[in-house]
Amino acid sequence: MSYLLRRLASSTVVLFGVTVLTFGLVHLTPGDPARTVLAERQGRQPSEADVREFRAEQGLNDPVPIQYGNWLGDVLRGDLGRSYYGDGDVLELLLAYLPNTIELAGASILIAVAIAIPAGVVSAVYRGTWIDYVSQGTSLIGVSMPNFWLGYLLIIGGALRLGVFPVYGAGTLAHLVLPAITLGTGMAAVLTRLVRSSLLETLEEPYVDAARARGLAERGVVTAHALRTALLPVVTMIGLQLGYVLGGAVVVEVVFQRPGLGTLLVDAVFARDFPVIQGVTLLVGATFVLVNLLTDLAYHRLDPRVSLGGGRA
Amino acid sequence: MSVTGVLANRRSALAAILEHPTIRALRRNPSAVAGGLVVATITVLAIVGPVLTPYDPNAQHLGNRLQGPSLAHPFGTDQLGRDVATRLLYGARITLGLAVLVTAVRLTIGVVVGLIAGYCGGWVDEALMRLVDVLLAFPGIVLALVVAGILGPSLTNLALALAVVGWTRYARVVRSSVLEMRERPFVQASRLTGAPRRRVLRRHVLPNVAGPVVVLATLDLGGVILAAAGLSFLGLGAQPPAPEWGTMLSTGRHHLREASWLVNAPGLAIVVAVLGTNLLGDGLRDALDPNDRTERSGREVSRRD
Repeated sequence: MSYLLRRLASSTVVLFGVTVLTFGLVHLTPGDPARTVLAERQGRQPSEADVREFRAEQGLNDPVPIQYGNWLGDVLRGDLGRSYYGDGDVLELLLAYLPNTIELAGASILIAVAIAIPAGVVSAVYRGTWIDYVSQGTSLIGVSMPNFWLGYLLIIGGALRLGVFPVYGAGTLAHLVLPAITLGTGMAAVLTRLVRSSLLETLEEPYVDAARARGLAERGVVTAHALRTALLPVVTMIGLQLGYVLGGAVVVEVVFQRPGLGTLLVDAVFARDFPVIQGVTLLVGATFVLVNLLTDLAYHRLDPRVSLGGGRA
Repeated sequence: MSVTGVLANRRSALAAILEHPTIRALRRNPSAVAGGLVVATITVLAIVGPVLTPYDPNAQHLGNRLQGPSLAHPFGTDQLGRDVATRLLYGARITLGLAVLVTAVRLTIGVVVGLIAGYCGGWVDEALMRLVDVLLAFPGIVLALVVAGILGPSLTNLALALAVVGWTRYARVVRSSVLEMRERPFVQASRLTGAPRRRVLRRHVLPNVAGPVVVLATLDLGGVILAAAGLSFLGLGAQPPAPEWGTMLSTGRHHLREASWLVNAPGLAIVVAVLGTNLLGDGLRDALDPNDRTERSGREVSRRD
């Protein structure tokens, strides 16, 4: 119980830090955001009156800590502000783009797990044979592959040459295939290495030897005994990989011109649309903190060996 | 001393380096050798690049645009008739320079923060580690994207953004090493004799964290190359006409149908460079610490940035 409380407390502190960072980031901007935004919006140098009005309207005249307090208060009430352009509500924008990104992330994780678990297990069981080398070599190349290039390779092969899949956009299952393969295989490469090393470690545990000594067939030893323990860190890793998926989704969405949080963020960054930048950053950071917390708790629930009093890494 | 004497000395110095236990372990490690060769080749190409090519990376020959690969242009020409191979050679300078610089800054910040956190303990440690947690709550590339975008698209701002968001793993490794070292008898003995903190850190702690930090940095190089290329691809790093690989790929994508080499040549260059540093990093890790199992997991591989 005290572990749970401690973990909750530290997550809250981190979440608070996430809001400070999210808010503070946009203050790194060189020059006056009001001027930059108005110039962009109006296509000419804004008048002094316009700048004054904009500053007052956006509360940019207050001291920064006050601005932060007001912003945080709004955020806690579910008000993420309005986009500087087109006056869209940021929360509505996020909710409109989120499903596409979730769809991509979910499909990618499925692909990654479907590849990584068999590949990692086979690699560990046939350690040191050509199967292992092929699997390890492939995952090393996968890890080193920029996903934007992989995306274009798939576009060239699957969409332009074969004409099987649509190149750009989102909406149907066919639109999802190439982006999900792009993102999923990259993640599979990382996971395969982890499954392999985790299983190798477990196969040397005394209780696995005990199972062997009892005369169990190697197949039974691996599947019934070792794999269950070996997959525990993999569960955590999948949780942590969410960060990679969200980061990778930014680039992959741009490659496939898929509307999603990534394309929304990139457009907002180039347009200096601070409320939207803050909205996406906050959503990504908060999701990650939450998923981390849940994976940690699940891990402690699943594995009786994990000491609940253990220090942090 | 005679010329032959100097040469003999040099040779024996080289032999001494090659026979150093770590180097011997590296020489026996196929992935370290392969990675080392790739990295060395790219470095040499980046340095001597201009000698190898008759072309100027930015000279436009519109009559020659979008030529497929040929003997004169092994990787073809781009939409402005520039030689792609030449641009890749010059781009290697940007990629390697940026990767080394960013990694060095990350390493420096991380080591300093880790030493302070580990050695001071208490609330200083607590505050610094919470800062690390906050930075880790964002996918590195998202945070770097926002920082670089807000500072304004340029190569310098990209480097700055990648450096300030990416030092956390170094800090964690160094901090836990410091905590571990503090309890070792020889460090405690040194403290008991009244050695000043700084001396204890420099003499006992730093040499012991050097290994893991070097491994981390080597693996990090690949991550930085990928992240830099990715952000340049998005338009946040080097700006055209700079022959940066990610930027080249980004401009090349508009000619996907008629000139796929414009995307594939820089893509291949990035993979080879990252693969080289990853192989070298894997090899270094195994050579420096053959017993370390936990570090073998995919976790440490540079992809997560």
